[in-house]
Amino acid sequence: MRKELAGTAPKSAAEPLIRIVKKPELPPVRASLLRVGAVCLAIVAGALFLLLLGHNPLSVYAEMVRGCFRSKIAIQSTVKIAIPLLITSLSVTLAFKMKFWNIGAEGQLIMGAVFASYFALFHSDWPHIPLMIVCFLAGMIGGGLWGLIPALFKTRFNTNETLLTLMLNYIAFYVVDYLRQGPWQDPEARGFPKIATFEANAYLGKVFGVQAGWIIGLLLVVLTFVYLRYTKSGYEISVVGESQATARYAGINVKRVMLVTMLLSGAVSGIAGMLQVTGTDFTLSTGVASGVGFTAIIVAWLAQLNPFVILVFTALFSILEKGSGVIQTTFGLSSYASDILQGVILFFILGCEFFIRYSFALRKKGGRAK
Amino acid sequence: MDTMEQKIAIELKHITKAFGPVVANDDISLSVKQGEILALLGENGSGKTTLMNILSGIYHPDAGDIFVRGQQRTIPSPHDALKLGIGMIHQHFKLVDVFTAQENIVMGTKLDRRLGKKELAAKLSALCQKYGLEIDPLKKTYHMSVSEKQTVEILKVLYRGADILILDEPTAVLTPQETERLFAILRSMRDQGCAVIIITHKLNEVLAISDRVTILRKGKSVATVTTAETSAQELTELMVGKKVSLEIERPVVEQEKALFEVHHLSVRNEEGVYALNDVSFDLNGGEILGVAGVAGSGQKELCETIAGLMRAEKGAILYKKENIVGKSPREIIKMGISMSFIPEDRLGMGLVASMGMTDNMLLKSYQNGKGPFVNKKPARELALRLIEKLDISTPGITTPVSRLSGGNVQKVLLGREIESEPQLLITAYPVRGLDINSSYTIYDLLNEQKKKGVAVLFIGEDLDVLLELCDRILVLCHGEVTGILAAQEATKEQIGLMMAGETEGGAA
Repeated sequence: MRKELAGTAPKSAAEPLIRIVKKPELPPVRASLLRVGAVCLAIVAGALFLLLLGHNPLSVYAEMVRGCFRSKIAIQSTVKIAIPLLITSLSVTLAFKMKFWNIGAEGQLIMGAVFASYFALFHSDWPHIPLMIVCFLAGMIGGGLWGLIPALFKTRFNTNETLLTLMLNYIAFYVVDYLRQGPWQDPEARGFPKIATFEANAYLGKVFGVQAGWIIGLLLVVLTFVYLRYTKSGYEISVVGESQATARYAGINVKRVMLVTMLLSGAVSGIAGMLQVTGTDFTLSTGVASGVGFTAIIVAWLAQLNPFVILVFTALFSILEKGSGVIQTTFGLSSYASDILQGVILFFILGCEFFIRYSFALRKKGGRAK
Repeated sequence: MDTMEQKIAIELKHITKAFGPVVANDDISLSVKQGEILALLGENGSGKTTLMNILSGIYHPDAGDIFVRGQQRTIPSPHDALKLGIGMIHQHFKLVDVFTAQENIVMGTKLDRRLGKKELAAKLSALCQKYGLEIDPLKKTYHMSVSEKQTVEILKVLYRGADILILDEPTAVLTPQETERLFAILRSMRDQGCAVIIITHKLNEVLAISDRVTILRKGKSVATVTTAETSAQELTELMVGKKVSLEIERPVVEQEKALFEVHHLSVRNEEGVYALNDVSFDLNGGEILGVAGVAGSGQKELCETIAGLMRAEKGAILYKKENIVGKSPREIIKMGISMSFIPEDRLGMGLVASMGMTDNMLLKSYQNGKGPFVNKKPARELALRLIEKLDISTPGITTPVSRLSGGNVQKVLLGREIESEPQLLITAYPVRGLDINSSYTIYDLLNEQKKKGVAVLFIGEDLDVLLELCDRILVLCHGEVTGILAAQEATKEQIGLMMAGETEGGAA
C-alpha cells in the first residue's frame, strides 16, 4: 500500500526554522534588567532617528531632560502633565484588576470635568472651600456614572465593555462640543465656540506652586494600593478578575462587584477631570482629556497594575511628553518627530515584555531528516 | 506485504521535548510494528500525549529522530502526518456538529469531491465492513452518541488512508460495553495489518487490548514489556516507580439516615435543555454515594445545583429537612449549613489559579471578621497547617497554586474544604488527572470524612473505583436516575447497561 512512498525520496516539507518557546519565569531582578536594557536600546534607536534628521542626539536628549528640570516653572509644568495621567492610570488599574477592559477613562475624565465645570461656572459665588468640595464630588459622580453605564450593560446584557467604553468616549467629547457651542457658550466670545474662563474663586489652590491636585494624586496612589491589596472588596475584585466561576463558587456577587468597581474606576477618572478644569485649564474645553485616558492604559500595563510603579512610569511619560515639547521649540523638530520618538521608546519597552516571557529556539542537531 | 508481522511501522529514537523548564519528554524511544497494538501507559503528566502530539505533527521535538516504515522523517504538521499514514484520534473530538457523519469524514480531502452521496456512502460502508465499524453515514453529528462520534473520528483517519492509528484515552467517555466494542474494532484493525497506539492510564484496559506496553514515567520511557508476560501489579510498579497497594478501603460506619435528600429535581442547562430530569435520591451521614454515568449525563448540573450555583426548575433539595433550592452559596452558608463542594474544574472554579495558598484559603473565609480589611493571619496559619498535615509540596504559601502539580492542587482544595468541617461533601471527579499515590491519599481523606459522619457525594468516572470505595452507586443517564445500587452487590456490567439507559429492573 505504501510502496510508492517508500521507494521515492521523501518530499521534505521543512519544519519551521525558529520556534517561539516559553521561558521559565525570570527572577524579578533579571526581568527588571531586561526592561532597563530595552529602555537603553530605545534610546539608541531614537538616537539613530535623530541622526537621520541631522541632529546631534546627545544634545537633543540632554535638552529634553534639561527642559523638564531647568527651572521651577519647568518642573511645575511637568508635574501638571503628570497629574491627570497618574490619576487615570489608577482609575483603569481598578477596572483592569477585574479584567474589565475599561478604555473609557478618557470619557469618564471628560464627564467628571463637565459635572465639575457646571458648579465652577454657575455657582462661583459660593464660598471657596465648599465650592471646591462640591466640584470634587460632582466630578466623581460624573465620571462614576459614565463608568457605571458600560458595567450596567455588561451585567444586564453581557455587552462588550471595550466597545462600549470606547464609544462613550466620543459621546463625552461631543457633549463638551455641544456645550461650548450651545448652552454654555461664552457670551463675551462673540460667537466663538468656547466656554468662559472660570472666576478666580473657582480656581483650585496651589501648593508649592503647582495645583493641589498632586497631593490628591499621591493620596490616591496609596488608597488604590491599600484598597486592592488589603480590603475585602479588593480581594473580591482580584477573584472576579481571575475567574468568575470561582467568584460565584465563593459566594461573591459578581454583578455587584462589577458595578461598584466601575463606579469607583469612573469616579477616579472624574476626579482627574475636575482637577484638570479647576486646577490647570480654568475652563472646560474639548481638549480637556487630550488622550491621557489612553496613555493611562499603557502606563497601567507597564506598571503591571502596581500603583507605586505607576507613579514611576507616570513620571517617565510626563518627562517624555514635556521634553518633546521643549525640543520642538529648541531644535525646530516638528511635533510629529517627537511623536515618533515617543513611539520608538514605547515600542521597545512593550516589545521587551515578549522577551521576558518567550525566547526563540532553533531545532537541535540530529532531529532533521537529511 | 507478506512479511508484515516483522515490519516496524514507527520508531522513535531519543525524543526530547521541553516546555520552558518542564521536560515533558526526556530521551524517549519506542517502536510499534504493523499488526500490533501498543499501549502507552503512564500517569498523568508523564508525557504520553506530548509524545503522540509530536508523532502527529502538532509539536516538534527539540531533539531525536522519527522513523516511519524504516525511513527517517520530519513531521511538520498534522497534514504531513496523515500523508505518512499516521492518524490521531484526540480525546476531544474535532467534528462539525451540523454536518453528517459522511460530511465530517470527507471534509478537507480532495479525493472524492466529485463522488455523489450514494457512491460515497458505498465507499464508506466498504471501509466500515473491512474493520467491523457500524455507522449511519447520513446521521447528523449532533444526533450522535459519544461512541458514534468516536467511530466517525476513527473513520475519518482511516478514510484518509492512515494505517498507523493513535488513540488518546479513547475509553474515558465510553461505557464498559462501548469500550468492548471499540476494542473489537481495534483488534480487527490489528488483524488487517494496522499499527495501533493507545494512550491510557487504565491498567485493565492495557491488559485487555495491547500486545506490548511501553511505560512512561516523568517523561522517560522506563520499560517496554510484552502484555502476556506481565501483570497489573508489575505495570503499576513500573508506572509509579515503587510498590503500591491497589486496594481501596471501605470502612463500615454507622449511618445517619437521610441527612440530605433530593426530590424530583429538574434543571435546565444554558441551552434550555433538561440536564437533570426528575432526579430523586437520599444520602446518609457516614456514607459515600457514588454517581456513575457517561460524561455529560448531568453530573455537573447536579453538583452545581446542590451548591447553589445553578437554578433548579422544579424539585426540592433538603438538608436535614430544610429546603435549600434557590439559595445562593452565601445564603446557604448563612443558614448555618456547612456544605463543601469540590468542583471538577479545580483551578477554574474551586481555586484562584494565580494566587498563592494563603489567598486561596481566604476564598471561603475572607468575609469573616469586622471592618473593610481582610485578616490574612488565620489563612496563612491554615495554609501552613495544611502543608504539614497533607504533605503538600509547594515552594511556599505565596507560590501561585497553578504551579503546583495536580495532586497538590487537589490537596489544597480538599484540605481547605475539609477544614471547614462540612457535614455534606460533594466531590466531582476528585481524582481526575491525579497520579496513583495522590488518588489513594484522596480516597483516604474521603473515608476519613465518612468515618466522621459526613455525607459524601462522589462523582466518579472509573467504575472499579466507584465499586470499591462507595457504599451505594447512583447511575445517571441523560439526566435521569436509572437506578441506585448497593456497591457490594453491583457489577460493572450492570452499571454499564444502566449508564446506557436501561433501568434497574431491566438490568437485573
